[in-house]
Amino acid sequence: MRYLLRRLGFFVLTLWAAMTLNFFIPHLMPGSPAQVLKAKLNHSGRIASTDQINALLASFGFDPHAGLMSQYFTYLKDMVTFNWGVSIGDSLGANVTTLIGQALPWTLGLVGVATIMAFVIGTLVGIVAGWRRGGLLDGVVPPVFVVTSALPYFWVALLAIALFADGAHALLPNDGNYDLGLKEEWSLQFIGSVLKHAILPAGTILLTAIGGWILTMRNNMITTLAEDYVRMARAKGMSSRRIMMGYAARNAFLPNLSGFAMSLGYVIAGTILVEYVFNYPGLGHMFYLATASTDYPLLQALFMLVTFAVLVCVLLCDFAVFLLDPRARAKG
Amino acid sequence: MTTTLVDTAAVTGTVHPRKGRRGGLWRAILGNRKASVGLLLFLLFCLAAAFPHLFVPWSHGDPQAVGQFPSELHPSLQHWMGTTQLGQDIYTELIYGTRESLIIALIAGAGATALSVIIGITAAYLGGAVDDVLSMFTGIFLVLPTFPLIIVLATYAGKGSLAVVIVVLIVTGWAYGANQLRAQGLSLRNRDFLESARVRGERRSYIITFEVLPTMVSLILASFLGSALYAVLTAAGLQFLGLGDSSSLSWGTMLYWAQNQSALLSGYPVWALAPGLAVALLGVSFALLNYAFDEISNPALRPVRRHRGKRAHS
Repeated sequence: MRYLLRRLGFFVLTLWAAMTLNFFIPHLMPGSPAQVLKAKLNHSGRIASTDQINALLASFGFDPHAGLMSQYFTYLKDMVTFNWGVSIGDSLGANVTTLIGQALPWTLGLVGVATIMAFVIGTLVGIVAGWRRGGLLDGVVPPVFVVTSALPYFWVALLAIALFADGAHALLPNDGNYDLGLKEEWSLQFIGSVLKHAILPAGTILLTAIGGWILTMRNNMITTLAEDYVRMARAKGMSSRRIMMGYAARNAFLPNLSGFAMSLGYVIAGTILVEYVFNYPGLGHMFYLATASTDYPLLQALFMLVTFAVLVCVLLCDFAVFLLDPRARAKG
Repeated sequence: MTTTLVDTAAVTGTVHPRKGRRGGLWRAILGNRKASVGLLLFLLFCLAAAFPHLFVPWSHGDPQAVGQFPSELHPSLQHWMGTTQLGQDIYTELIYGTRESLIIALIAGAGATALSVIIGITAAYLGGAVDDVLSMFTGIFLVLPTFPLIIVLATYAGKGSLAVVIVVLIVTGWAYGANQLRAQGLSLRNRDFLESARVRGERRSYIITFEVLPTMVSLILASFLGSALYAVLTAAGLQFLGLGDSSSLSWGTMLYWAQNQSALLSGYPVWALAPGLAVALLGVSFALLNYAFDEISNPALRPVRRHRGKRAHS
């Protein structure tokens, strides 16, 4: 129980640290939201009065009349109550939460599925490669996947476009989430179009993410297979499959779980670079847009959301480890 | 939490004070195929960074000078990779861009490693409340989403210079290594050779520098390679998104301009792909070296000879 409480404490503490960082970074850095906002409003022809700008600034924690500390506490309160302010970027004035809500499903669908697939397939391949030491798979796996895991996401994405989605008779689309002119509905045509648009970005994520899982799982398997309890199981004459899955893989899998939890949390960030290259309208792409248009409130809300997601996943993983691993329970 | 995040393979079996056998590491690298390929690639990049004119003997003056050649030429014998929209030779730019990309990787990698050594080993060796605070700090930085954080930082820092990119990479890149070094340090704490140093009455700083650190060389090296790999990929990604200094000459900036001119879709795939390939190859060289060091320090992970391997587990 003490273990769980400590993890919960860590969760709250990190969340607070992230919010504090998120609050103080803009206050310490040279680029001020007030200037950006003023420039933007003037640029769009809507000359705003100082009062209007101040009111807008106050709505996301930059009230120039309040002291730093009181701004900080207002900011914390707003964050916790999901009062995340309005965009000052391309979609000026739109509620940040609404914007995020529109992009979230696309990222969850694309990056979420790709991440889970990479983990499941990678783990299985790693188990087999580690189990059949010196086999064909084990000979091929390390060199190939050391290389793929070092490839930059965006480069693989560009390569995928060059190979499959370039020119007049392209095999696959290279842009967006579904064909222009389709309505968002549960029709076969729409779903087909969505899937077609997802193949390349998902493939890119799969290819670059899978190597890490395969290699760590293989290495963990090899370490675990040298344990006495595996030898014991062999001596008892258990079937190979039971030793592989029930004895070795189960234990080798535990250290990977927290890594998986974190990468699940990162799903929310979308893979920024992949979504950017494919122009996929998920949260990652939104991250890019927020940067390009110096949309501070949106940027901060996105960062907060990702941090929150990672923390929740890590917390869930801690609970899972608590259930799966008696040693964690015993340590207390 | 710290224990769950540690890569067990890297931690177990690395404890062997390396004394006596001079050149053992060198021989180990040459004997490992992954390490030799990685090292060869790395040296090639170093050569290009230090003496770029060796690779482009025909080029004189500033490779970034505008309008030296007709713009947007396709690859040919004169211009192996074509030219940019401003009439710069892409191959020349690629060679000259090595320097900045490599410098970012090495400095950010070294900085992050130094920070993780300081924090990780201090936490492990001092223990108690210091350890609690430091490892909590490490834990927080481990779970903070780095790439988004980097983007937030770089945006606020005003789409920054080389220095900003490097500092941001160091700040976000040290936690993983610190965590591993701390775990390794904890396992060393009660070893006899440290106890004897304490009994001899050596100062703490002496013990940490001359007794603890040498036993961790392989882990520190691994942590450096990991951070350098992370720095190469992340810096290129940042510059690609336009968050670097777009007038500097590096692979990431080249990618930014290629994307900016939508080189890929208007029929100039080499322009868009070559700088990325360079990033990938530098990354691969770090990754190969890193994995090879894992194999060298943990013989169980090495490739097995086929005929023996079949026997072992059937």
